Amino acid sequence: MLRLFRKSLKTGTVTTDYPQTPSVPGTGFQGLPVWQVQSCVQCGQCADICPTKAIKLQSGKKEAFWIVDPKKCIFCGYCVEVCTRAIVQGEQYEFVESVDRAPQVQAFKHSVHIRHLDSGSCNACDWEMTTLTGPVYDIQRMGFDFVASPRHADVLMVTGPVTRNLEIAVHKTFAATPAPKIVLAVGTCACSGGICGKSYASSGGVNNIIPVDVFIPGCPPRPQALIQGLLKAVGRA
Amino acid sequence: MIRQDRVIAMISSCFGEGVIIAKAHFNELHLEIDKNEIPILAVKLRDWGFPLIQLTAADERGNTGHFRLFYTFANDLENFLIVVSVSIAETELSFPSITEVVPAAHWYEREIQDLFGLDPIGHPDKRCLAVHEDWPEGLYPLRKDFSFDFEVPRTEGRQSYDRVEGEGVMQVPVGPIHAGIIEPGHFLFSAVGDTVINLEARLFFTHRGMEKLTEGKTPLDAFPIVERICGACSFSHATSYCQAIEKLSGTEVSTRVNYIRTVVLELERLYNHVGDVGNICAGVGFAFGTMHGARLKEDIMRLNETVFGSRFLRGINTPGGVRRDISVLDSDLILATLDKLELEFRELVEILLDTNSYMDRVQTTGILFNQIARDLHAVGPAARASGVDRDVRRDHPYAAYNCVSFKVPVYEQGDVLARVKVRIDETYESINIIRQILASMPNGKLIQTLGEMIPYNYAVGMTESARGENVHFIMIGKDQTIYRYMVRSASYVNWPVIPSTVPGNIIPDFPVINKSFELCYSCLDR
Repeated sequence: MLRLFRKSLKTGTVTTDYPQTPSVPGTGFQGLPVWQVQSCVQCGQCADICPTKAIKLQSGKKEAFWIVDPKKCIFCGYCVEVCTRAIVQGEQYEFVESVDRAPQVQAFKHSVHIRHLDSGSCNACDWEMTTLTGPVYDIQRMGFDFVASPRHADVLMVTGPVTRNLEIAVHKTFAATPAPKIVLAVGTCACSGGICGKSYASSGGVNNIIPVDVFIPGCPPRPQALIQGLLKAVGRA
Repeated sequence: MIRQDRVIAMISSCFGEGVIIAKAHFNELHLEIDKNEIPILAVKLRDWGFPLIQLTAADERGNTGHFRLFYTFANDLENFLIVVSVSIAETELSFPSITEVVPAAHWYEREIQDLFGLDPIGHPDKRCLAVHEDWPEGLYPLRKDFSFDFEVPRTEGRQSYDRVEGEGVMQVPVGPIHAGIIEPGHFLFSAVGDTVINLEARLFFTHRGMEKLTEGKTPLDAFPIVERICGACSFSHATSYCQAIEKLSGTEVSTRVNYIRTVVLELERLYNHVGDVGNICAGVGFAFGTMHGARLKEDIMRLNETVFGSRFLRGINTPGGVRRDISVLDSDLILATLDKLELEFRELVEILLDTNSYMDRVQTTGILFNQIARDLHAVGPAARASGVDRDVRRDHPYAAYNCVSFKVPVYEQGDVLARVKVRIDETYESINIIRQILASMPNGKLIQTLGEMIPYNYAVGMTESARGENVHFIMIGKDQTIYRYMVRSASYVNWPVIPSTVPGNIIPDFPVINKSFELCYSCLDR
C-alpha cells in the first residue's frame, strides 16, 4: 500500500494544460493536406486518387480551384504522394465545425455530462475518447464527465457512420437523452460516412439519422481536437 | 518443400483421384475436392493436428458458374497452410456442415448462410448471425448480384436466445449501448442471484460492409479501408493484407521493409498490452492501475505520432512496402522511450501483483478451459493463457520474426490473471524484439512495384496482432482488382469462447472477464 502511494506521489502531475497551451504535432504528422495555388497545374490526379472523394475541384476558379472537405478527409496522404508540386502534408488537426442551432443555453455553462454512443466505429475514436478520461487529458478538470446512461447526459458523442444494425439503437438513445441536448459527430465516419460511405450496411453519417450540432473530423481526431469540440459545443471556445 | 510432400502423400493416399493438389506461393497448399468429401477431409486434417483457421465463400458464378468455399487449415509445426476449395453448383445451394466434427467452423458456416445464402446442412444452430432478425429473407449481401448501395428494407423478426428458465432465474439483458466507452454488443445473462448460469452474446451490430466495399478496387485503393477495419489492430490487419497481396503479385519486399514492419507491429502490441493491463484494473475498480496504464499507453501513442505521424499507426504500410522510414534519430527516440517504459511498467506490475484486493478479483475468475480453447480455435494471449502454445510469429514467421529471438509465454490456469500475465511477459518480449531489430537495421528499398496478379488466384496473409492471429483471405479478379476479401480477426474466433468462461462467476465479474480478453467488435463485425 505504501508503495502505491509513493509511486503516485513520485509520478506527480502528468496532465496537459491544453487548451491554455496549444499542442502542435511534430513534423510528419498526418494532418489535413494543404494546397498551394501557384504550383498547381490542375491535373486533377489528387481528386481521382482520394478514397473518400474529399477533394473538390472547381474549374474556372483559379484561386479556389482546390477545396478539401475535412469532414470527408481520412488523412491517408495519397493526394500528397500523387502530387509532387502543389499539395503538401499539413499539420492542422483542429477543425471543429458547429451548426448554428447549437443551443448556447445556461444549462451547459457549468458541468456537462457526456454519453458515448458507438454507431459502428472502428474503435479508434472510442479509444481516443477513453484517453480523455485518463490522467493526461483528464476532461474532468474542465467540468466534463462521461455518464453511464443517456438519461443522465447533456451531450451525445457519436462515433461511427450509423450502421443498419445500430440505427434503431441510435434513435432510442437520442430519444432517451433529455432536452436541451447537443449531438457531437466524432470522427470522419460519423461526420460524413468517411471510408464506409452510404451502403447496404451504413447510413453514411450521423446527420442522416439524428441532427448533429458539432462535427469533430479526424480519423481518429486527436484527443486535443475532441477537447476543442467539447468546448465549442458548450460555447467555451 | 519436402514437408509439404509428406502431407500431399497422406492426403492422396486417402482420396486418390478425388483430390487435386497444387503447391502455391511459398507456404500454401491448394486442394480441390468434392463438397461431399469435405467432412471426411476435415476429420483427417483435425486428427493430423491441423486446426481450421478460416472458412469463407466466394460467388464465382460470373466466372465459373459456381459458388466456392475455401477452408484454410494451418500446419503449425511445418509452417504451411492448406487451403481446401470446394465448388457449389447454383442448382444445389448447400454444403455439408463440419461443425459437429470441427466446432471451430460453427460461426463461419452461419455467416456463409447469412451472406451468401448457402445452406450448411447438419449445422446445429442455424439462427442468423451476421445479419440481424430484421433482414429480409432471400437477400444475400456478398453475392455479386447484390448491389453495394442497395437499400435493404426492414422486416419484422425476433431473435431467439438460449435462456435458462425456472424458479429464481433472472434474465439480465445488457446493451447494445453500454455504460462505458465501449463498442456495441448485446448480452443476455441468465442468473440466479448474482451467479451467472448462462450467457449469450449477440454481435455484428457494427457490420459496415467492409469486405464488400473492397471488391472491384485495386489493392492500393482498397488499402485505406483495410486500415480502418479496426482501430487498435490497424497495423496488423494492414500487414496481413499486404502479405496476401505480395504473395499474389510475387512481390518480394526488402529486408528493411520487413524490419520496419516488425518494429511497428511490436509497437502496436506494446500500446495494446500496456493499455490492457491497465484497463483490466478498471474492471475491478482499481483506479491506480487504470490511470498508470493509461499514462504509459499515452507515452507509446505519442511516440507513434512523433515517429510515424499517426497515433494508431495508420498510413505506414502499403502493398509492396512501407511509406515511412525509421531514421537514426527516430530509432534513438524509440529506444529511449522503451527504456523508460520498461522501468515504469515493471514497477506498476510489481505493485499490481502485490495488491491483495486486485489479485482476489482476477485469480480463478473467468476460466477458459484448454479443451474449449482448442475446439473453438481460440487464439492469442487468451489461448496462450489456457495452455495453447501457438504464436504466428514463431510458427509461421513473417516480416523479420525469423531474425530475432523471443520467448512465447504460456500459462495453464486460463483465468483472468493468466491472461494478464501473458500480456505482461509479452510486453517485455516486445521491447526486447524492438531492441534487437533496431540494433541491426539493414538497408533496402522502401517500396516495390507490385507484379502482375493472376486472375482468380487466391492467397492467405497471417499476422499475430495484440489479440491473436489475424487471417486475411484475398482472391483477385479479372482486372487486377479484388474479387473477394475475407477478414478473420483474432476477435472473430475469441468471441465465441467468452460465453463459456462466464457461468459460475458473478455478473459484476463479467466486465473484468470481458476486458481480460479485450476483443474488438468492429473487426469481428466488419
